[in-house]
Amino acid sequence: MDAFGGPIWSMAVSPCGSQLLVGCEDGSVKLFQITPDKIQFERNFDRQKSRILSLSWHPSGTHIAAGSIDYISVFDVKSGSAVHKMLVDRQYMGVSKRKCIIWGVAFLSDGTVISVDSAGKVQFWDSATGTLVKNHLIANADVQSIAVSDQEDSFVVGTAEGTVFHFQLVSVTSNSSEKQWVRTKPFQHHTHDVRAVAHSPTALISGGTDTHLVIRPLMEKVEVKNYDAALRKITFPHRRLISCSKKRHLLLFQFAHHLELWRLGSTVATGKNGDTLPLSKDADHLLHLKTKGPENIICSCISPCGSWIAYSTTSRFFLYRLNYEHDNISLQRVSKMPAFLRSALQILFSEDSTKLFVASNQGSLHIIRLLEGSFKHLHTLQPQSVESMCLLAVSPDGNWLAASGTSAGVHVYNIKHLKLHCTVPAYNFPVTALAIAPNTNNLVIAHSDQQVFEYSIPDKQYTEWSRTIQKQGFHYLWLQRDTPITHISFHPKRPMHILLHDAYMFCIIDKSLPLPNDKTLLYNPLPPTNESDVIRRRTAHAFKISKIYKPLLFMDLLDERTLVAVERPLDDIIAQLPPPIKKKKFGT
Amino acid sequence: MAALEEEFTLSTVPLGAGPNGLLGVEQSDKTDQFLVTHGGRTVILYKVSDQKPLGSWSVKQGQIITCPAVCNFQTGEFIVVHDNKVLRIWNTEDVNLDKVFKATLSAEIYRIHSIQGTEPLVLFKEGAVRGLEALLAEPQQKIETVLSDDEVIKWTKVFMVFRHPVLIFITEKHGNHFAYIQTFSSRTLSKYTLFHGQEEKSVIQNFTASVDRKFISLMSLSSDGCVYETSIPIHPRDPDENQRVVRSLLLKTVVAGNARSGVALTVLDQDHVAVLGPPLPASKECLSIWNTKFQTLQTSRELPQGTSGQLWYFGENLFMLHGKFLTVIPYKCEVSSLAGALGKLKHSQDPGTHTVPHFVNWETSRGYGFGSQNSEQSKRILRRRKIEVNVPPPAFEQLLSTIKNDSEKDIEVELCKFLAVKRTPDFHTIVGDIVLELLGRHTTEPSFYPRNSLMQLIQTHVLSYSLCPGLMEAALEKTDVQMLQLCLQQFPDIPESITCACLKLFLSISDDSLQETEINMESVSDCSDPVQEKMDEQTEILQNGFNADEQNCDSCDRKLNQKPQDAAEETTSCPVVPKRAALLNAILHSAYSEMFLLPHLKDIPAQHVTLFLQYLYFLYLKCSENATMTLPGLHPPTLNQIMDWICLLLDANFTVVVMIPEAKRLLLSLYKFVKSQICICSELNKIEVSFRELQKLNQEKNNRELYSIEVLELF
Repeated sequence: MDAFGGPIWSMAVSPCGSQLLVGCEDGSVKLFQITPDKIQFERNFDRQKSRILSLSWHPSGTHIAAGSIDYISVFDVKSGSAVHKMLVDRQYMGVSKRKCIIWGVAFLSDGTVISVDSAGKVQFWDSATGTLVKNHLIANADVQSIAVSDQEDSFVVGTAEGTVFHFQLVSVTSNSSEKQWVRTKPFQHHTHDVRAVAHSPTALISGGTDTHLVIRPLMEKVEVKNYDAALRKITFPHRRLISCSKKRHLLLFQFAHHLELWRLGSTVATGKNGDTLPLSKDADHLLHLKTKGPENIICSCISPCGSWIAYSTTSRFFLYRLNYEHDNISLQRVSKMPAFLRSALQILFSEDSTKLFVASNQGSLHIIRLLEGSFKHLHTLQPQSVESMCLLAVSPDGNWLAASGTSAGVHVYNIKHLKLHCTVPAYNFPVTALAIAPNTNNLVIAHSDQQVFEYSIPDKQYTEWSRTIQKQGFHYLWLQRDTPITHISFHPKRPMHILLHDAYMFCIIDKSLPLPNDKTLLYNPLPPTNESDVIRRRTAHAFKISKIYKPLLFMDLLDERTLVAVERPLDDIIAQLPPPIKKKKFGT
Repeated sequence: MAALEEEFTLSTVPLGAGPNGLLGVEQSDKTDQFLVTHGGRTVILYKVSDQKPLGSWSVKQGQIITCPAVCNFQTGEFIVVHDNKVLRIWNTEDVNLDKVFKATLSAEIYRIHSIQGTEPLVLFKEGAVRGLEALLAEPQQKIETVLSDDEVIKWTKVFMVFRHPVLIFITEKHGNHFAYIQTFSSRTLSKYTLFHGQEEKSVIQNFTASVDRKFISLMSLSSDGCVYETSIPIHPRDPDENQRVVRSLLLKTVVAGNARSGVALTVLDQDHVAVLGPPLPASKECLSIWNTKFQTLQTSRELPQGTSGQLWYFGENLFMLHGKFLTVIPYKCEVSSLAGALGKLKHSQDPGTHTVPHFVNWETSRGYGFGSQNSEQSKRILRRRKIEVNVPPPAFEQLLSTIKNDSEKDIEVELCKFLAVKRTPDFHTIVGDIVLELLGRHTTEPSFYPRNSLMQLIQTHVLSYSLCPGLMEAALEKTDVQMLQLCLQQFPDIPESITCACLKLFLSISDDSLQETEINMESVSDCSDPVQEKMDEQTEILQNGFNADEQNCDSCDRKLNQKPQDAAEETTSCPVVPKRAALLNAILHSAYSEMFLLPHLKDIPAQHVTLFLQYLYFLYLKCSENATMTLPGLHPPTLNQIMDWICLLLDANFTVVVMIPEAKRLLLSLYKFVKSQICICSELNKIEVSFRELQKLNQEKNNRELYSIEVLELF
């Protein structure tokens, strides 16, 4: 629905969750009523003269603070009128900047409004009187984000210099009740702008333009110094951005605004372990598909046969047919997409490329039969719960479809009968990867807490191996990995193998081998060949991990003897980022 | 700031003075109401703010009240003892004390204590303590005898500590005082002997006490007019042992020394005491409030009609007998602050408001002076600390008295004994205090220089410069280089001025006097190693591919080359004797800040600067001999220390050094060395660049292309 105020710059849900505020380009603050089935416009607040960049509710829900350009307004929710207008000083180190943009506001229950702005200031305002109480100049550049803890005793701000500052409410003197906000800790884990911060009870979380998500546990809240207290830096999105056509050796890369299709090269040479073989045919960039309009691509997929490409933006769904004539390819868009295929969270083709599965953002799953150059809507599986599915997996024999949302378990559908077959019980942690093994139809599920389950779809129960590993527990080093498993695949000829990978390793789980316990070496390098078989067997365990390729964006098995791995060097990403704010260092 | 408000009298009936005049004033369960027990037969309940009696009760003719009436806070009843053994319990409705509850006990009662939060406690004259309930349940129960013959209770008080009552009573026997602490949480009775210290002659006249978490602070007013403080632990380590506690001077001469009677003392709060008595032998009696923290008189009030030496303090009221009337003086006290204390001091010196002639100036007594007036003060601090940390006082006391009077030998023996005892957490401050005590005696009698004891104390590894200022000064004065070396090695916080003074001394002291001293030589290795030939070759090698002659300053090189023998001589042998080298090494090891050191370095005479530079240069040459750039030995100066000191010396004295002819060669060789260092660095840079190129080549080999096919053996 349209708010009719131009671009929406900010949004805030009321403390009770029933109302939504949006701040618009035209300076209007609009209040919407949230009902279970829809969002309904309630009324406009007093129109301001410039865009509303930030909004914050008072915890009681009676007032809101809205950050605009050069000033902060405090509104009374009941009357919708501005109670106070607090002008922010444009001056910055004596130089008058053109504008002072209020990037963030936070309304505390005691009536204090904290604002962060483009002049590098963190300011405390008294909303009752509309006066400035305190001013912290913390950066030479914009302070872009703010998050307050639930107890309102600490908050965190992120700056364009990549610094995150922690503020805490501390007693002025020991054993006095008077408290004041003090800037306690600076953290510099980012190279670029910190665009978003969050404050969990025990950690500060920041994310920014440099593509890193940094979780910094608050050491004073940590009781035991264990792995949970360690700083975590997560770089890649936890979803698959690359799909692979095994038959034609094609890779489809998803970017924000375009897709790239590459054909893999080949070689005729052979070699021994570690050799790089001379290429007989280099990789080809076949296609560069640009999206229309400003919307980002949400998901994309290439069919296993390589003749279909589907992708979706936030509001449109696109399907293309590829025709290969020797070295030339032609692209043909399939027009007249049905209205229900507006946007998708996940797209998947069946193994034989005859069916297309689309997980819509409304929670339903559409099954579409693909014909030569056209399609036919077969069925829509209605959502089992309110949440939408974001992960799909189809069995190679085409009988089963597994779909998972973020929290409500994995649903397995029988495609032949187009009905729900079973639901794998919900687990506390979201699913990060799903795959159904050929022949056995075992569903392998990886969760964000690094647990891996194997569920037999025909038997509707966890497999014996899965029970064994749950009983014994995973190796502690396995559980301490930072990045989630993003892709699972299987070897067609080796049913006991599961191949999975995260950003820093790939692993082949050999279910026939004994499981490692905490005393054994998890990252067990390949033993030298001259060792006797006894030693090799004794040291071997089910988890065979390789860290050769990292950061690993994608890895899949092309055929029995070929793996394709896609690395994304961080240096390349950083090189493409806009330059960070220049800082003077050591007089240079 | 403490202030006494306008006084008012409570009883309209004049009281007979003397011991029978007033037995006691006690709180009742309602605020503002107090039970006043007149000596003899009457108990009166007063409402203080109204200044009027609410009730009055008397015992029969022939009976006599022997103990002040108290209020049972748990029941609201009043309790009084007459004829030593008979308890009477009544409440406000009762009119006649003869008709109220009566209990006759088997032993004589000294006091009944009643405070909020617990049942009344009955203290018998023989030292036993009972709860009231237990007594009333069985009045004729046998009461044990705790005190020995001739031992009489002089004073008693009860406190609540962690919601349990703690009762203290002081007894006297043949002029000795004992303190008993009865705790009810653990039901232990511990006995302490109050040790009088040096004021043996004085007689304790009055007691008061306050309590904090772990200690009862017992204050006593002696006949010499001073207030002494004794800290008694509530929970003793060994309750069965008779322990001695030492009292220390808290306030000096608050009342006239010869005051016979009318002297009393009570604690008002943590920092304030009220003292009743004549401040001067001739003057009238006076109520004064003293701040014990700053040792200042806060305020005072003259009582021209005399007083009885009884003083009570409840809530915000001070009760005392003025003339024949019970007088109440409301007392207010804000938190004492330094400014407040000083302000009052200024006021009182004003002739207009002059009331009390004697003041203790806290400013002078706080410092670390060693004047006769202040030595007592610092000792007081020592003793207090002593008691707090529960070090057996005799050893320490004895050590202190030994330090004061005895010979160095005796002190050493005592010190050994003292150091043998287990260390307490604040051992370092005690050691610091001992050192100060020793130095204090040294200043008063210069012949006294307990070198061995001081050395022993320094070697406890706990001292620092700030703990014993003056120690190094004294050592400097005595040119005790051994001690200075030890200090330089041990102290982490020596001021730069002292470091520099030490340096001056080390450079100027004659070799003969060095010969006699014993100096730790572990930082000095064998210096007479002839290495020059090797050395020269090495520098040549180090200048790999670099023709020194072309680029070096020709004249200096030529000069150097002209006298190769001299140069060799200069660098082969150490310019100072090994003992001096050890001392200088101690200087090199000490911490400093350039900013503060530089001005002091300017004061060093030129020839000493040259000598030191020569030594440093020598060390530098020795350093450059081996690849690791270190000196042999156990704790040799590091290359960085040597370089820093060379730079510092040259910075501070460059103009002087340049002018001295004998330093010229040294400077030239230093210059040459710097030059060669620069050459080496530039060569190293060149090598680094080439290595980096090699590394890059190597990396390129490993670097994968944008697309590559590799062979990977998987398990």
